[in-house]
Amino acid sequence: MRYLCLVHTGPDIFSGLSEAERREFDRDSLNYDKDLEASGHFIAAEALQGPETAVIVKVRSGEMSTTDGPFSETKEHLGGFILIEARDMNEAIRLAAGIPMARLATIEVRPVYSIPDPDRP
Amino acid sequence: MSDIEAIWRAESGRVLATLIRLLRDFDRAEEALHDAFLAASEQWPKTGVPGNPRAWLVSAGRFKAIDRIRRRAKFADIATEIAATEEEAWMPEDAEPIADDALRLIFTCCHPEIPADGRIALTLREVAGLTTEEIAAAFLSRTPAIAQRIVRVKALIRELALPYEVPEPEQLAGRLDAVLHVIYLIFNEGYSASHGEAAIRTELCAEAIRLCRQLVELRPEPDALGLLALLLLQDARRGARVGPEGDIVLLADQDRQRWDRAQIREGTALVRRAFAHQPVAAYTIEAAIAAVHCAAATAEETDWAEIAALYDVLVRADGSPVVQLNRAVAVAMRNGPEAGLRLIEDLLERGELGRFRYAHAAKADLLRRLGRSHEARAAYERALQFTEQAAERRFIDGRISGLAD
Repeated sequence: MRYLCLVHTGPDIFSGLSEAERREFDRDSLNYDKDLEASGHFIAAEALQGPETAVIVKVRSGEMSTTDGPFSETKEHLGGFILIEARDMNEAIRLAAGIPMARLATIEVRPVYSIPDPDRP
Repeated sequence: MSDIEAIWRAESGRVLATLIRLLRDFDRAEEALHDAFLAASEQWPKTGVPGNPRAWLVSAGRFKAIDRIRRRAKFADIATEIAATEEEAWMPEDAEPIADDALRLIFTCCHPEIPADGRIALTLREVAGLTTEEIAAAFLSRTPAIAQRIVRVKALIRELALPYEVPEPEQLAGRLDAVLHVIYLIFNEGYSASHGEAAIRTELCAEAIRLCRQLVELRPEPDALGLLALLLLQDARRGARVGPEGDIVLLADQDRQRWDRAQIREGTALVRRAFAHQPVAAYTIEAAIAAVHCAAATAEETDWAEIAALYDVLVRADGSPVVQLNRAVAVAMRNGPEAGLRLIEDLLERGELGRFRYAHAAKADLLRRLGRSHEARAAYERALQFTEQAAERRFIDGRISGLAD
């Protein structure tokens, strides 16, 4: 089964780290992706730029409109994700607990929902 | 199915149990198990499957775990400890020394310090290999709740440093019941799978029997003998229990030629052995009832007098309404439908079985046999209200349309 690990971060989560510690942390994060890849659990992972860089898009009655990101007021935002393959929820939790960001932020583990093919009842 | 998949199904539970004992940590052991199978899938296609794949996997898993621990330098103290025990934990080609690891693991998972709801979830996952999602479905619970329960129980085992061992006979009292119960649940999950493709998951039935057999060898307690007998006698009928379409075949309609005679002989002998001890355990009485069914060459030859008498004994050991309902059905077979009907109506009046579909279906069946079609129809319809499974609904619909007007 696939699980999406959503990394919820707040502002200033890195503020307690020195420059060297920050580099070490980034190295750990990249290495963990490689570990997951080597063990066959890795599907995809990305970190995201801040919500102030986002544009929200919607289409209503055929009209497209855009606004600034809606999360600018809230403290927590989506800082990145790792999509993994795991045997079950407890394995996904174990893998999520190894993500270095789990030590500074919080990680939401969500099972992937497969949309049933409407043309194949 | 590839070799590695077959070996995963047969061996992963036992390899994991040994790794948990060696590494003293569930999560690290699961990681090591995964790594070991990954290594196997890379190496075995080139080198062939080793003579003792289980020992190979344990050894590879331990090696990988030590490797990982060393890379995470902060766990250096534990790594040193494990490295020190590496020599003595060396796996010989003969897998005998690790044979009872799964049983030890059950005793750890079912330790009295562990909350009851956590014991079962953890054992089903770590010993029977069910996924979190399957356990949640089997217990009509939510996956996040079960997942967190498992996380908490694992942490508790680590925190309390619970030993991985089968208790000595003098410490067994108070610990055996939980273990027998969970072995019974593993068997049941295999025998009437609540989840997955197949109605019967043979590997779970086999694992439960294997564990119970091992328990009987190590600690031949009468209750364990009774459970082993029960599992063997039920499992003996497994092949006849599912029709070609995957529908469940009722006991009375089964092809008895397909029952496993050797297993029935073994189970019946165990029932006799278990009955020599007083008080007789509920599992033993259930096994005795199963043995009477197995002894009948045809459904018509079933000794209902004996079965009803055994239910009288069982009700004293386990007075649950479901056992009383089964007793009522046996009484109906022995003394006629009217006697059974009176008992079922009494039970229904007491209320606990009001939403239990089998109670209404059993009542309907007896009314049908008494020719009281009108009341039978009402009772079948009441049973339908509480029946969601398609095959069961079809069965009841068939009975309704077969009623005389």
